[in-house]
Amino acid sequence: MLDVMRILIVEDDAEAAAYLVKALGEAGHVADHARDGLTGYGMAEEGGYDCLIVDRMVPKMDGLTMIGGLREQGLQTPVIVLSALGQVDDRVKGLRAGADDYLPKPYAFSELLARVEILSKRKGVAQSADTAYTVGDLRLDRLSHKVNRAGEDIPLQPREFRLLEYLMRNAGKVVTRTMLLEQVWDYHFDPGTNVIDVHISRLRSKIDKGQAKPLLHTVRGAGYVIRDGA
Amino acid sequence: MFAGVGRLIGTTAFKLSLVYMVASALFAGGLITYVGWHARRLIDEQIGQTLTGQINALADQYRLGGVRRLAGVIDRRTREPGAFLFLLQGPQGETLAGNISGVRADSFPTGVTLETVYQRLEEEGQQRSALVRSFQLPGGNRLLVGRDLEERDRLNSVLNQAIRILIGALLVFGVLGAFFVARRAIARMDAMTASGQTIMEGDLTQRLPVSGSGDEIDRLAVSLNAMLDRISLLMQGMKEVSDNIAHDLKTPLTRLRSSAEQALRTGRTREEYQAALERTIDESDGLIRIFNALLLIARAEAGSGADAFREVNVSELLSDLAEMYEPSADEAGARLLADVPPGLNAQGNRELLGQVVANLLDNALKYGLPPAAGATAEIRLTARRDGEHLSISVADHGEGVPEADRGKVIERFHRLDASRNKPGSGLGLSLAAAVARLHKGALRLDGNDPGLKVTLELPMAPSASPGT
Repeated sequence: MLDVMRILIVEDDAEAAAYLVKALGEAGHVADHARDGLTGYGMAEEGGYDCLIVDRMVPKMDGLTMIGGLREQGLQTPVIVLSALGQVDDRVKGLRAGADDYLPKPYAFSELLARVEILSKRKGVAQSADTAYTVGDLRLDRLSHKVNRAGEDIPLQPREFRLLEYLMRNAGKVVTRTMLLEQVWDYHFDPGTNVIDVHISRLRSKIDKGQAKPLLHTVRGAGYVIRDGA
Repeated sequence: MFAGVGRLIGTTAFKLSLVYMVASALFAGGLITYVGWHARRLIDEQIGQTLTGQINALADQYRLGGVRRLAGVIDRRTREPGAFLFLLQGPQGETLAGNISGVRADSFPTGVTLETVYQRLEEEGQQRSALVRSFQLPGGNRLLVGRDLEERDRLNSVLNQAIRILIGALLVFGVLGAFFVARRAIARMDAMTASGQTIMEGDLTQRLPVSGSGDEIDRLAVSLNAMLDRISLLMQGMKEVSDNIAHDLKTPLTRLRSSAEQALRTGRTREEYQAALERTIDESDGLIRIFNALLLIARAEAGSGADAFREVNVSELLSDLAEMYEPSADEAGARLLADVPPGLNAQGNRELLGQVVANLLDNALKYGLPPAAGATAEIRLTARRDGEHLSISVADHGEGVPEADRGKVIERFHRLDASRNKPGSGLGLSLAAAVARLHKGALRLDGNDPGLKVTLELPMAPSASPGT
């Protein structure tokens, strides 16, 4: 369903890196590993990667310096920073250095995978410039803010609309609760328990209720995905 | 011994004492010189006036009876004790009467009092000084009247001696006093240094000695002692915290470990292993949550995050949070009412404030539902501008927290026994309190008849324009 991605992991912990290489391979991607920032810099510069996963604290050249250098070279490859420093200002520093996303350690692999897949080039998937998204018989018009399914209008509250918009823009890809919090609510803190789940189940009751074929699916242990077909 | 003296001389107390001594000696010397100068001027003036009086009286005698009568009067007067000095000379400078020699009356201008050197007739060769005034008598005779300056000079020498004695005494007492003060200061400092050493070696119960005199060293010792009190209180708090952390992290770690162990021992099927692994992930997620909350609290208490302070639109943040929790409240059978006027701003860390309010709402949903079915399950999120403060409160109608326990629930990991079986880390209110302190605000717990009302008070953003 998704194209195979080539991913570079820059991480000094050999065990963690080996685990990532294996898990990404199982998810259908090809991953390389660099042990330090300098090696990572060289490998990334040679190109050919669809995404970089960079630990912030790696020997020889720290992660942020490496990303800054690559960006100066004009490299546009999406970068996710992994860091044990989870503070909001650390995240801001990471993004300022040129990273596209920031994931505090310890993270769930499903979270990392979801973010990698969202970040990498979307081929044949909706673009953020599109004015309308369609999944199966569900259609969302970004200009008129109208949603309909099988020709029938579905009234949504503004937040529900943004939630559905984000899910549909990334149709076919898993989005995690944290991603929804960040992208739909702009929250970088943990609201606890099942707040997001309740919002999703409300949205689901509006778009999937009474339909033979549900579109909004829960992916166990990971998050949600909207797609046509099981 | 010399090293000891050197150490004394090196002290601030000694140097200060010396400076004071020199300053007071200069002042006293100056004062005496000034008094002496004035006294001398006064005496000179007085003598001048007396001399004029004498001359006038003698001139009258001369007018009445000429040179003979005048000479007679002068002769009589020179024999009186403590007499003035007189000299009557003829036109050629020959002495006609008087008790002095060695001066010529016509060498002085008339009408001016001058100081000069003279000799008494009875003691040839002995130079004395005097103030004299001369007068031109009709007929070419000249009259000189003077006053010996011995008294004035004696006063001068008395004053000079006073200055010498004073400075000498000041020197002696000053140096001795300086040594004394310095020794006292050194003794007290040594005592303080010794206490400080003991404290540094780890005995936090030691305190610096306070003499009770209330001087600056005492005040310093008192404030350092207060600092030590605070430090040992914090250390004690840290110890309690680490004990609590040990307990509350080890409990889920134990569960995690035994669940994995049990799966290994008794697992037969793929499903059993899967279930055990999922439990393991859930437990570790719980641990990560606790860990993150602890880090947030520690950072808030250490004051970090204050550099990320920005203007936060509190009204918007609260409305969004209310909207976010509304479906969850609905599902729990409660009504979440947001009473948030627009335009409230505060200087702060949006993520931390958001986290705190989210925790409070989460708490209200977990613990704030009425125990009796049918009672109104209402949770109220209110924001108010309250003078200089912005107060954000979350009020529920649950069982509440007994007044005596309200201080305790803010402590890390403190959970009332009644809530032990409900999920939660017990860190929500601790974080709220730490974030309140970070924002120079306060966290208050009040009853809500029935229920609990938690209020976060923040200072208003200075740039907030009223009424917007």
